[in-house]
Amino acid sequence: MRDRPLIYAGLLVFLVLFTYPVWHGVAAKSSNAEPDLKLPATEKECVAPREYMRTSHMDLLISWRDGKVRDHQLTYRSPSGRVFDVSLTQTCLGCHGKREQFCDRCHTYAAVSGPYCWDCHNDAPGGTSQPKAGGGASVALSHPTLNSTALRRTAANPAALPGRPQ
Amino acid sequence: MKITRKDFLKILGGSAVAATAGTLARSAASAEPNAATNKAAEPKAAVKRWGMVIDTSKCRESGCDDCIRACRVAHNIPQIPNPKQEIKWIWKEPFENVFPMQQTDYTRQAFKTPLTVLCNHCADPGCVRVCPTKATWKREDDGIVMMDYHRCIGCRYCMAGCPYGSRSFNFVDPRPYVAEINPEYPTRTKGVVEKCNFCEERLAVGKQPACVEACRDKALVFGDLNDENSGIRQVLRERFAVQRKPELGFGPAVFYLL
Amino acid sequence: MFMFDKAIVGSRRYWSWIVFLALVIAVGLACYLRQLSYGLGLTGMSRDVSWGIYIAQFTFFVGVAASAVMVVLPYYLHDVKQFGRITVLGELLAVAAVVMCLLFIFVDMGQPARVLNVLLYPTPTSMMFWDMVSLNGYLLLNAVISVVMLKAERTGVPAPHWVKPVVLVSIPWAVSIHTVTAFLYNGLPGRSLWYTAILAPRFLVSAFASGPSLLILLCLALRRLTRFDAGQEAIRRLGVIVTYAMTLNVFFLLLELFTALYGRVPEHTETFQYLFFGLDGHTGLAPVMWASVLLALVSLVMLLVPGLRRREGVLAAAALCVFVSLWLEKGMGLIVAGFVPSPLEHVTSYSPTAPEWAIVLGIWAIGALLVTVFFKITVSIREAN
Repeated sequence: MRDRPLIYAGLLVFLVLFTYPVWHGVAAKSSNAEPDLKLPATEKECVAPREYMRTSHMDLLISWRDGKVRDHQLTYRSPSGRVFDVSLTQTCLGCHGKREQFCDRCHTYAAVSGPYCWDCHNDAPGGTSQPKAGGGASVALSHPTLNSTALRRTAANPAALPGRPQ
Repeated sequence: MKITRKDFLKILGGSAVAATAGTLARSAASAEPNAATNKAAEPKAAVKRWGMVIDTSKCRESGCDDCIRACRVAHNIPQIPNPKQEIKWIWKEPFENVFPMQQTDYTRQAFKTPLTVLCNHCADPGCVRVCPTKATWKREDDGIVMMDYHRCIGCRYCMAGCPYGSRSFNFVDPRPYVAEINPEYPTRTKGVVEKCNFCEERLAVGKQPACVEACRDKALVFGDLNDENSGIRQVLRERFAVQRKPELGFGPAVFYLL
Repeated sequence: MFMFDKAIVGSRRYWSWIVFLALVIAVGLACYLRQLSYGLGLTGMSRDVSWGIYIAQFTFFVGVAASAVMVVLPYYLHDVKQFGRITVLGELLAVAAVVMCLLFIFVDMGQPARVLNVLLYPTPTSMMFWDMVSLNGYLLLNAVISVVMLKAERTGVPAPHWVKPVVLVSIPWAVSIHTVTAFLYNGLPGRSLWYTAILAPRFLVSAFASGPSLLILLCLALRRLTRFDAGQEAIRRLGVIVTYAMTLNVFFLLLELFTALYGRVPEHTETFQYLFFGLDGHTGLAPVMWASVLLALVSLVMLLVPGLRRREGVLAAAALCVFVSLWLEKGMGLIVAGFVPSPLEHVTSYSPTAPEWAIVLGIWAIGALLVTVFFKITVSIREAN
């Protein structure tokens, strides 16, 4: 009988934890609306058929990557015969625009956190989202010896979030 | 069919060994998968070997860093404030640091120009020899010692193996330290090693390396060492040039006219 | 199968020790997570000194792991029966030491998630590839041997026949792991401190001195903390091994010094000058090296005088001196000094930062935890029989 408050409290905690996905989703205002993809206005043809790109664009990108970096293959001939430059930023984003308006839409919807391409590659054609810290000499990160402030300071680059696979 | 536990474990062990051996053999044989990319048919050109001659008589004694700045802009090289963690692909060093055994008290006055140093793109590179993942390798068709930032595991064995100190490591995320990102070349990420790449991306479109183009005094001569008629071969025939640490046998492709 | 049930029954003192180790590991892990997100800039390493205490500790503990051969070889090949009770302790110590080595390598990687690239893209010209192969092979060998032996002891049946060839393979394999590690450094023509044929022999003898020293200390600790007694003869013989190995170690160092100081080639003298006296005002390693020398000499006096060595208290002190001396020499001096002066003649000093130390201590604590658990299992099995 004395345990009753404890049991009820435990059940409440369990209920809260169990329903976490629901009320967290409400708080984050997440919706199950499909990703709002803006397709390029001018180009109608991608480097490969749409269905292939939908299922296997990662395979294509990896073979582009290894082909260009390791085998010096700088161009790609699509199944329809067009020749493209092998470049994530210039070719892919050249049509699809910034990654926030294309790549991230589906990746966020599907909770795909794997791709860390943008840690190195520029994520907007002809320019990149500027580093948030204002770049260059203004960010004076001192050598993190015993300086605990330096340890707490996070990297200004938004891509370097904890939990990202590195 | 009755099978004892011992036999079952034997079969399991044997299959595991066979599977592992098969995977290892397959991955060793097909190290570079390339399914979707197709190469347009190209005539096989003669093998190039890119090299550079640095004419120190044309290099200024002080106040000029055209080559360094050009490289920095072309490749998004970060300006890390902590000198211990700096990234540099091409930079200047005093003569006695580059040729320590060639400097004496009697000769110190005669040579005051700082020397430009960079990756030597050796014929038999010490870094390529030691890289455990082939993240760095010597490209066969033009001799450039390449870096694959995607494969590098950041073990820094190549940095230990380079006798010239040409390589830098990204101790921190470099992006905050790049003043203005050049959209035509990626930045790198923390945890990978980088070095001069002889501007292979510029060479691919027929341009000269950024440093060579930027030098206001034309002190850097760049060309194909395998082509007898190239400008660089001409220079090497006419004036005596030295290499850094030739006794190690790595065969550097960067020469100095002192 | 792994008899961990023996490890979860213990005294208050045992559990306090486990909890203490767990705390140290937790702190180390927290610092490592910070290092993962910030980068290796959290350490004291630099463009010039690109390997630091992580790789130095890896080098030292490969030696400790290899030293299991110093009890296995006499027992299995030369019938030194007195080692019968401690061969399994040597093998278990090897397992713990190899795990520490792998962890030290892992925390040193700039891109640890890609570490399997070494296996996916095997590169036989790279000594690091062979190091991975030989270390993991050695881990597997010793793990299998220890488990099989302990199982046999627990059930009271003799060990199966097939384990004997596995043990015999582990003997040259032990030598190979430390030789390959030496080749990592030995094969770099640009680093004059390391580019010497005697590096592999130096590594091996310092391994055969430091490992058995640690084993002596662990056996004496076991005698004090449990009812397990390795036997006076076994400890005495380990002392003899340590004596020979330490003498050779000091001798090899003197050989190196002669070559550098008599030949007076600047490239070679500079590195030793940096180690013992400093260069360009950077004297950071000099106190470390002189402490190592002093401890080595003190330990040699204690070891070479038979009357002194026979007293177990003195042997314990000598073993501690040997271990610390070699840890200073190999675990701090040799690796860092290989990078000074840099290929462009710069002198950059290195000292580990606080987070770096925390990670190092965390890995030591993991090793200590493994040794504690393994030895607890072993001792419990023996006490039960």
